Amino acid sequence: MSSFLRLEGVGKRFGEHTVLESISLDVEQGEFLTLLGESGSGKTTLLRILAGFEEPTTGRVLLDDQRLDTMPPHRRPIHTVFQSYALFPHMSVFDNVAYGLRVRGCPRGEITSHVQEALAKVRMERFSGHFPKQISGGQKQRVALARALVNRPRLLLLDEPLSALDANLRLEMQRELKLLQRDVGITFIFVTHDQSEALAISDRVVLLHHGKVEQCGAPRTIYSTPRTAYAASFLGKSNLVTGTVRQGVADCGAFSVPVALPDGPVTFSLRPECVVPASDAAGEHVVRFAAEVVAEQFHGADSLLTLRCASGMELSARVAVQGNGGGFAFKAQDLVPLEHE
Amino acid sequence: MGRSRLSAWLVTVPPLAWIAAFLFVPYCLLFCYSFWSLDANQQVLHHGTFANYLHLATTPLYLTVILRSMRIAFSVVLLSLVIGYPLACFLVFQAGKYRRMLYQAVIIPLWISYLVRAYAWKVIFGNEGVMNTLLQWCHATSHPLGFLLYSPFAVIVTLTHIYVPFVVLPVVASLEKIPPELLESSSDLGANAWQTFARVILPLSLPGVLSGATFAFLLSFGDFLAPLLLGGPSSVMIANIVANLFGADYNWPLGAAVAVLILAMVLAILTLTQKLERRWRAA
Repeated sequence: MSSFLRLEGVGKRFGEHTVLESISLDVEQGEFLTLLGESGSGKTTLLRILAGFEEPTTGRVLLDDQRLDTMPPHRRPIHTVFQSYALFPHMSVFDNVAYGLRVRGCPRGEITSHVQEALAKVRMERFSGHFPKQISGGQKQRVALARALVNRPRLLLLDEPLSALDANLRLEMQRELKLLQRDVGITFIFVTHDQSEALAISDRVVLLHHGKVEQCGAPRTIYSTPRTAYAASFLGKSNLVTGTVRQGVADCGAFSVPVALPDGPVTFSLRPECVVPASDAAGEHVVRFAAEVVAEQFHGADSLLTLRCASGMELSARVAVQGNGGGFAFKAQDLVPLEHE
Repeated sequence: MGRSRLSAWLVTVPPLAWIAAFLFVPYCLLFCYSFWSLDANQQVLHHGTFANYLHLATTPLYLTVILRSMRIAFSVVLLSLVIGYPLACFLVFQAGKYRRMLYQAVIIPLWISYLVRAYAWKVIFGNEGVMNTLLQWCHATSHPLGFLLYSPFAVIVTLTHIYVPFVVLPVVASLEKIPPELLESSSDLGANAWQTFARVILPLSLPGVLSGATFAFLLSFGDFLAPLLLGGPSSVMIANIVANLFGADYNWPLGAAVAVLILAMVLAILTLTQKLERRWRAA
């Protein structure tokens, strides 16, 4: 059984401190994979292990069935786009992009055409004579991308590359990055702590927490069916509803829902946008409940309501219209049972 | 308002007065002296003449000594770089937890009097010195090597010993300023350790090399004690000439002319290196 990139039980300890605990993961050729996590989750350490700047304490990494973790960084067919861009300040944009080709002894004539092609791909061809300090953050970002892509790596690692950009430029670069990845067909592994960025940009998201894979899956799947309370609240806003299951019915106080779960305490995740005014709810398996609106935050396109049920439970609801006081409702399948941690 | 003006005066006037009294006035005096001359009774004649400069230009001795001083200073710079640059690299990239301690070890010799360090080399290089004793003990030579002491060699070794820290410190400072992710980025892009050194570390440390080399060159070029103590007649340097003209010969006008010439050369070198450094900074 072979996959493009395979991590087998990769762990990392710094002295007594365990940063990564036995990560196993398969990555497909051409995939856009995001490692998502808070600072300290181990996502950057995992990336540095792939790049070769850290050695794993346990486990191994295989690229096309070849051991990668024993190879020095400069031999790996992998390039990194650093958070700080790490452009060489004493070299022009052209020389920065040509760096990888030159140190590998690529013929002079080919270098020029490859570099120009790479700069054109990121729309920076007009800046080839500029020095890094003469261009803006977004432009540096593009040069860093071109510098890595010009060498046709098997795998491109991106360490929070957009975190230094302002919000608008960030959205623009997310879109461009995704298009670029489709265009070049290279596997991207992208590290970020921003859940909306991860959801927007990736084919698959790996959520890391305390050095372990909390959950892994396509953005829509991982968002709509979080596995744990941590995953539910880290990937966007979520209501954590607690209840007790007795004979196939979960009693949550304000409402009861039929479930296929064993008896005992249970916690559900319910996304605020799944809660709608009861008058808007239709179809089967709709759960209705009475609640009063205790607070409203208007966001333009929608409002975030804070609801209080008779049982005292508070829920958030993201709604476009307020409703007419006839209570609220959600679909039974949107109430996602969470694993105990 | 009044108070802030008073404090502005207090801040600016003392340093300006200091500069005027100890730099501007002496340099003006030196400059004036260089255009005066001596009469038959060794009295200074206070009217302008180019005689001193003409004498310098037409007497080959001065050119010989200036060239020798430059040669010695240049050798000191080369040796200091050969010793100092790898040392600085080791301190910054390899020394790890011993870095601070080793850094101190580079600085400590600067606290010891120049004279003591110069005399130490006299003890090492003398006929009965450590070096000759050692060489004879292991039968590398049958009689003491005379060229070790009282030669340009002894002057160069002593000056190198004294000025290596002046090279190490600015080079360490410039190496420390290189962000570590540049080195990672270089190896990430496929460069081996040697390529990373040649293409990233070395070019980015050049400003430090330049300021260290400038220090070592100018201080060696104008050095007076090392040739006096360890040099002998074959390694008289330009500062010794100035000292002799002012002291033994009591010919202040000619001495002043040589001093002005040295000053002009020093300023020219400083201007040149500053221009170079600015160009590197701009890039």
